[in-house]
Amino acid sequence: MNAPLPRPIVFRRPWYSVALERAIEALIMVCGISAVILVGGIFFFVFREAFPILASPNFGLGEFLFSIEWYPTSVRDVRYGVLAMIVGTLAVTTLAMAIAVPFGIGGAIYLSEFCTPKLRETLKVVIELLAAIPSVVWGFIGLTVVNDLLITLFDAAVGLNVLNAALLLALMSLPIIVSIGEDALKAVPDSYREAGVALGATRWQMVYRVLLPAARNGLLAAVLLGVGRAVGETMAVLMATGHAVQIPTGLLEPVRTLTANIASEMGEVSQGSEHYRVLFTIGVLLFGITFLVNLAADLAVRGRRR
Amino acid sequence: MFEAGPEVRRKLGHERIAHLVLAAVTMCIVLPLFAILAYLVVKGWPSLSLAFLLEPPREMQTQGGIWPALIGTVYLVGVSLAVAAPVGVLAAVYLNEYARDTWFTRLIHVAVINLAGVPSIVHALFGLGAFVLAAGLGQSILAASLTLAVMTLPVIIASTREALAAVPRSFREACWNVGATRWQTIRVVVLPNAISGILTGVILQVSRTAGETAPILFTGAVMYKAVDRGDVFPYRLTESAMALATHLYNLATQINGAPDSLQFATATVLVGAVLLINSTAVVVRAVLRSRRKW
Repeated sequence: MNAPLPRPIVFRRPWYSVALERAIEALIMVCGISAVILVGGIFFFVFREAFPILASPNFGLGEFLFSIEWYPTSVRDVRYGVLAMIVGTLAVTTLAMAIAVPFGIGGAIYLSEFCTPKLRETLKVVIELLAAIPSVVWGFIGLTVVNDLLITLFDAAVGLNVLNAALLLALMSLPIIVSIGEDALKAVPDSYREAGVALGATRWQMVYRVLLPAARNGLLAAVLLGVGRAVGETMAVLMATGHAVQIPTGLLEPVRTLTANIASEMGEVSQGSEHYRVLFTIGVLLFGITFLVNLAADLAVRGRRR
Repeated sequence: MFEAGPEVRRKLGHERIAHLVLAAVTMCIVLPLFAILAYLVVKGWPSLSLAFLLEPPREMQTQGGIWPALIGTVYLVGVSLAVAAPVGVLAAVYLNEYARDTWFTRLIHVAVINLAGVPSIVHALFGLGAFVLAAGLGQSILAASLTLAVMTLPVIIASTREALAAVPRSFREACWNVGATRWQTIRVVVLPNAISGILTGVILQVSRTAGETAPILFTGAVMYKAVDRGDVFPYRLTESAMALATHLYNLATQINGAPDSLQFATATVLVGAVLLINSTAVVVRAVLRSRRKW
């Protein structure tokens, strides 16, 4: 004969406690998807201001992308061609990366493989501080220090030019390249290093033959993130490029970049005018470019993890 | 007996050269910071004083101090963090504690990464289109702060996630096993153990927000506002304000006749404030990390 089971003792939380928890979890959920909403929102609102320009007779997409004529305020013959600024952005970014990549990767190798742990901690703090200097201060330095330097060193007619902005952008993207690059090198398993050293390789041989190939994807991601930073940088290039809409023929020529163009002209246009909408269209273009660069960087990082 | 042959000597030579070159390269990255700081301080020294911090600009901004800009920046940073910090931390909690590995989570992940990579000038356009015009806030502290908040959000999410992920899984499991729900575990175990990392990330964002210029140019920062000396509550959230970063930009490019030392002193104050906040974060992190129990 079975004795009746004792009734289990149930502790129930009061209803308001459960309700509160539900509410908080709903709030967390909303915050979680906020990033998606915001990216969509950025695209929507920038595109919304830009869109009506497509209907304008003065604007053609082919002309926009492939013409170097930028006369947005002309009374008789308005031209909205941004090719010169695209080339300007490319020129400044390429030169900046040509300077920053060797230094950045070299610094990452030194931090990760050669220096003592104590020195590494100090250097990392200093590089973090370097990353903290605001871009407007870099622009100010370009306007004053680098400007004078270029005029004295190269006898340049204007010190505000491609080289000036590239130097600033190189210094600004170095911290990103160094820290992400160091992470990539650190992610290579120690057994790789041990295998290399056990074969009699010096540390440099080991870095050159083993680590760099193994960390290739991560280093690529570091460089791409640096590129993304350089393309999107506004204040420094606004103050240091010299602001001439032209295809540069040399390193000491002034140019204008896409970002600087928006920053300098947005303050002067009347809201809702064609010129205003074209500036938003440039914004859409920039958004697209950096979106692709960042996506590529993310894919490179994932490739490393796989 | 074990004499180094020519090949070995060559490779050791290469090793030494590589070491020297890499050390030199690293110094080239680090030295500009000190050079720049020293240059700014030396050139700005004649204008730097307590009065410079506390006084409003005079004579068409060619003399006087930076108080309205300084307090304006405090307002902008404060309001933007009040929005971005809670939302960012909760978003990170969702991603790290609740989200399963689905396509939607991956979408959020991609969104966060891309939000972090959007150029600051595009954020400015977004702020102009969404907050200033569509939401009808006008050029105001509120619009500018919200723009800044959108900018800081992905970085806060990333740093908070890292802090949450550093809390060992066994801590959570122990809590679940005594019958706690997910949220109770987060509140009692996860957040308290991750607070140092979260704080560091937020403090770092304070310094970054203080230096941002492009996003506030058309959304709420203006050239000049009359503010009394040392007035702590000069602005309302619905009106525009001066900010330190845009003030430096205006001094350097728009205002004629401002003496060099005034510009350099403004740059020094901006960099000094940013680096001070940053160093605080570094110290906080070091102290709390040394106290960590696991």
